[in-house]
Parts: sequence; structure tokens; C-alpha cells
Amino acid sequence: MSSDSSQSQPDRRGLIALAWLWVGAPLAYGLYELVQKATQLFTG
Amino acid sequence: MPPAALSVHLSIGQAYAWSVFKPPLESALGLSGTQSALPFQLGIVMLGLSAAFGGTLVERNGPRWAMTVALVCFSSGFLLSALGAATEQYWLIVLGYGFVGGIGLGIGYISPVSTLIKWFPDRPGMATGIAIMGFGGGALIASPWSAQMLESFGSDSSGIALAFLVHGLSYCVFMLLGVMLVRVPRTEKPVEGAPAALQGPQVSANNAIRTPQFWCLWVVLCMNVTAGIGILEKAAPMITDFFADTSAPVSATAAAGFVALLSAANMAGRIGWSSTSDLIGRKNMYRVYLGVGASMYGLLALFGDSSKTLFVLSALVILSFYGGGFATVPAYLKDLFGTYQVGAIHGRLLTAWSLAGVLGPLIVNWIADRQEEAGRHGSSLYGLSFVIMIGLLVVGFIANELVRPVHPRHHIPAPINQEAVDVQRQQPESA
Repeated sequence: MSSDSSQSQPDRRGLIALAWLWVGAPLAYGLYELVQKATQLFTG
Repeated sequence: MPPAALSVHLSIGQAYAWSVFKPPLESALGLSGTQSALPFQLGIVMLGLSAAFGGTLVERNGPRWAMTVALVCFSSGFLLSALGAATEQYWLIVLGYGFVGGIGLGIGYISPVSTLIKWFPDRPGMATGIAIMGFGGGALIASPWSAQMLESFGSDSSGIALAFLVHGLSYCVFMLLGVMLVRVPRTEKPVEGAPAALQGPQVSANNAIRTPQFWCLWVVLCMNVTAGIGILEKAAPMITDFFADTSAPVSATAAAGFVALLSAANMAGRIGWSSTSDLIGRKNMYRVYLGVGASMYGLLALFGDSSKTLFVLSALVILSFYGGGFATVPAYLKDLFGTYQVGAIHGRLLTAWSLAGVLGPLIVNWIADRQEEAGRHGSSLYGLSFVIMIGLLVVGFIANELVRPVHPRHHIPAPINQEAVDVQRQQPESA
């Protein structure tokens, strides 16, 4: 983060969104698999 | 910064999904269960050692250096393992995944901690909670992903080698985001109200381990982790045994669902309870972990076999406290020792995890085996373990009560304090 971060913040929105997508997508996959397994406690 | 930290922790959290590789390795290379666990065990030992001894280097060289080391070690550990599997040289897998990869685990685990605290000085619990939640989340991703890969490539040695190779390359690319994005905040223009200089007491890592506060927190972490691992490690057989003699026994499928639910509680506790500690204070948060945790174990011991709902809820609360304990401790360290070398101090504290990782499973498994030999079955296999866990949590509770502010004689002198500020000011360019 540079010292003029407040000025460059709008330009970074795309990067921030991409960064969150980068880590969020695999995490969402893991959570989906987890929920599928966890429901077996009530149905299995 | 949080996605950068998450990219590292989500990767190294794969370690908890090592069990996926165990059965294929055992059949492909003719290994016993004990032998196939070696890479994981060595990895956890190396995690503790590299975090303890590498913490000062991490503080000195900055988070980008640390994340690069973690990336290189963790990925090349997989590549060495791929070579080992392809040539059927198991020692290469132990060396690669366990030793080299284990160094990546330790350095990667502590790499974002002090930087996150500097970015979010007013909410350190939430900041470190996000990263350390990623370590829990890593196994959620890797477990189904690795299993699907082995299904596609085959479970023979060449299939395992290919799976290791893909893991190594994928994690290298995935962690690269963290290396590229990580930044240390400038102290001149603080983010979200961060102080312009290091404020409050600042204690070096070498001085910190000479204080009673460090060792009280060491005991607190060790006891909390031991109590959580006690359930986590034996969750599936435990719930099956508890309700084996009832009218509603638990099937193997349902037990797997219980294990998954515990993983979710572990992960949710990391972000949820750690963020809560920003509101109620670190000491109070650990009072909850240890005090309420002991009560939950009491409920399990007394009424656990009378209600499945009570059993599941109590175990979930205990596991959420287990995760919360991991995630809250960096902020607790920051409160006591300042941000100066908090990453290095955290690294040294993680040796408590190494001991707890042995102690928790040992207590529960050893007692269950002895009870079984004595002809007991069902919930009575675990009663004594639960009583011991209550005792350990009480010891942790007392240790937490003994934590006081650090004596000023351990603080770094003002000129060095200023020097530390100057070093931090220079870091954004180099980091």
C-alpha cells in the first residue's frame, strides 16, 4: 500500500475483487463439500 | 492483505487432509498405518520447530520473504514427494512432504500474523482470525480435491506421483497471490487509525520468553488445544461408541457427517470467537474458552449418552473454542508484548501446539484402550478422558488468570523502539 493509497483506491477495486475471488472460490467449493457431508449426520 | 494471508493459510491447511493419501500409499508402497503417517507427523514437528526458530527471521525479512520461503518449501515438498512416489522411494516422500514441506508450514503459518495486526491495529483478533480460519479451511478444500484427483489418476504409485505433482504446481500458483499482494502498512500514514509509532509496551522475542506471561499463555494454549484435539482426533468412533447401546445408534455415514460438522465449528470459531475477543477482551475470551469448555466436557461426561443433540452441541462448542484459541492468541500476544516482534513470539508459542498434538490423542486413545481391555464399552470408554480434559482446562483457566501486564524491565528501550519504527517505515518498499 503506497502512501497515496486514498487516491489510488478506486483503481485497486478490481484487484481486490479478483483477490477475494481467488481465495473465495476454492473456499466455497470446500464449504459446499462440507455441507454435503455434514447433512449425513441427520440423514445417514 | 486478508486475501494474501488466506492464500497462504488455505494452502498450508492442506496438511490436515494428509489422511487422504494414506490408504493409497499403504497399498502402493506396502506401508503400515504408522509408516504412512510419518510425513504428516514430521510435517507438524517441523511446523513447530520452524515457527519457533524462524520467527525472528520472519520479523527481520518481512512477510513477502516469509511467504516466498513458505511457497518454495511447501511446493517443492510436494514435488520431491512426486519424485519419491514415481520412483517408489518412500524416504523421499517423508523428506519432501514432512521435512521440506513442514518448514513451509511453520514459516507460512506465522508469515502474515504480525503484518495483519499492523494493518488492523484496532481489530487484531478479527484480522488474525481471518488468516487462521484459512488454515482450518485448507483441509476442507484439499480433502475432496485430493480424493477426486486420486480417483482420476489412479491409486497406484504413478497416480499418487501425478497427484503430488499437480498439488505442488497448483499450490505454487495459488500462494503466489499472497507473495505478490502482501504489503506492510506505512507507519507515517496509518490505516484505520493505526498509531504513527509503536505504542504501548514493546517486548522483543528473546525477552518475551523470559516473562511469566509468555509461559502462562503457553500453558493456556497447550491446555486448550489438548482439550480440542481430544475430541477431534477420535470424533467418529467416539460418537459411534456413545450411542452404540441406545435405540438410535450412529451409522458410519452419520459419524462422517459429525466429523465434517466439527470441522465447520473449528473454522467458524477461528473467525467468530477471535473477532469477539476484540469486543470483550482477550482475557475474558479465554475465560470463556477454558471455563465454558470445561463445563461442556462436564455435560458430555454426565449426560452425553442421554441425548444425541446435547452430545453434538457440546462437541461443537468445544471445537469452536479449539479453533478460537488458535486464532485469538496472536492478538493476546500483541496486547502483552506489542507488535514489535509479535510474529516471532507467536512462532515460539506454537511449540505448545506440538506438545498438545501428542498429548490430546495420547490421553484419549490410551484411556479408551485400557477401558476396553477392562471389558468396558460405549460411553464409559471416554468418561475418565473427559474428567482429565476438565482438569487440564482448569489448569489453563488458572494460567490465564495469572496473566498480568508485562513488567517494564522487559520492554525494549525507547531508542530501540524508535529504531524499530524506522525499520518498519522502510519495509513497505522492500516488502
